[in-house]
Amino acid sequence: MWPTLFALGFRRWSAYRTAALAGAFTNCVFGLIRSAVLIAVVGTAGGALAGYDRATAATYVWLGQALIGPVQLFGWNELAQRVRTGDIAIDLARPADPMLTYLAADLGRATFALLPRGLPPLVVGALVTGLALPHTPAPYALGLASVALATALSFACRWLVNLSAFWLLDLRGPMTLYLVVSGVLCGLVVPVHWFPGWLAAIAAATPFPSMMQAPTDVLMGRSGAQTLVVQALWLAGLLGLGRAGFALGTRRLVIQGG
Amino acid sequence: MVEPYLVLARMHVRAQTAYRGSFAIEVLASVGATVSGVCEMYVVFASVPALGGLTLRAALLVFALGHVSMSLADLFFGHLDALPGYLRSGAFDAFLLRPLPVLFQLIGAELSLRRLGRTVAGSVLATAVLAGIGIRWTPADVGLVALTVLCGAAIFAALFTAAAAVQFWLVDGAEVTASFVYGGQYASQFPASVYPGPLRTLFTFVVPAAFVAYLPVLTLLRLPPPPGLPPWIGWCTPLAAAGAWAIALLGWRAGLRRYTGTGS
Repeated sequence: MWPTLFALGFRRWSAYRTAALAGAFTNCVFGLIRSAVLIAVVGTAGGALAGYDRATAATYVWLGQALIGPVQLFGWNELAQRVRTGDIAIDLARPADPMLTYLAADLGRATFALLPRGLPPLVVGALVTGLALPHTPAPYALGLASVALATALSFACRWLVNLSAFWLLDLRGPMTLYLVVSGVLCGLVVPVHWFPGWLAAIAAATPFPSMMQAPTDVLMGRSGAQTLVVQALWLAGLLGLGRAGFALGTRRLVIQGG
Repeated sequence: MVEPYLVLARMHVRAQTAYRGSFAIEVLASVGATVSGVCEMYVVFASVPALGGLTLRAALLVFALGHVSMSLADLFFGHLDALPGYLRSGAFDAFLLRPLPVLFQLIGAELSLRRLGRTVAGSVLATAVLAGIGIRWTPADVGLVALTVLCGAAIFAALFTAAAAVQFWLVDGAEVTASFVYGGQYASQFPASVYPGPLRTLFTFVVPAAFVAYLPVLTLLRLPPPPGLPPWIGWCTPLAAAGAWAIALLGWRAGLRRYTGTGS
């Protein structure tokens, strides 16, 4: 059943190829700006900053832009919509765990997004600034696993934010807060390694660096298996929380009408 | 022509503030963009004392001025993003039948008051930075700040209009043109001196993002202008706005002439 759900997620999103390419175009435009800014920061800092030189800083930006789509850093409100409309009753009647059902479909979506959302920023990056990527296969194999973990982790976070709909019905408040906090702490703007000590400590206490900084580090060969362990621990914890929160929410849920 | 707009505006104000709790959440959510922008500038400047000739404080001023301009442009012109939907559904024909300019009607079709949250937050930030930045204020400086905010808003509004005009040709390309509008906004918050040659030309002369706040702030703080440009370049924002509007309106007219409807 899980492979079918995964495949359905893949097929559902593969219907929107133009939208995916348009999203990649936006990622490329922002990548041009961000890479110029980070290269300037490294240049100002004397050519090296926390282990990044100009080429690796630019690579960091382009990998991040390539991951935005697959990991889906920005919002998702499907569960909240279903709670709001009452469609969630259909999910509850199905003989499968709703959270894992959505997770399987989300991994399918991410797999589709890898090429149309991930490749264009990397190609533009290779042409404009060049990419400093490792020359051995190991970082890529580990990196792929790390991207999968990051996607599942991003899903677990989005699921938790969506659960607030059981209590609030309106997701905009919690979602905005989530996007502001995760957007900075995941390392999309600058690497978490560049944060001042206090902010790095806060980031380390959240799952957000595991969604963006971690897969980028693994893909660039900066870190290895231990990063995947940290990601997996966060994932297990958040999925557990997500399941408990969902059970709690459904106890409160009242579906109107008939 | 102002009166119908005022009637529409009054209607939007009443409709959007009818549910106060919901409106309050929307305003706070729009301030989220200000907060994340400030955090972004902070982490970029955390490891260096200055970037592209600007300190964090000066860069925050660039960010805040551009942010206020964008919120004003978005408040009045942001609804042009909905044009592809009107074109596809055929609802656009209704706009053509009414005895008011189409662009004017589209602008009046929505007024997202929640953007005012960003206007206020950006203004507070700009005021706080300006109060502590230690320049000897002259009347000209005050005029420069006011002119910058207004012309910056005009530049972003022109970008919205130009992006909407392109939709007459590419009904499905809204995100591509939007990335120039929002990419232009993003580019405007950093010192343009960090961009490599072609990108700097793009964001100075094609999408005039550098004129929105960066060049005026250089003039305001008596910082050296980019090579080849005069020290009074910050006063040229109206020229950039006029240029952007000339192109946007030409494009809009051409697009409107090209529109033929979708039948039935």
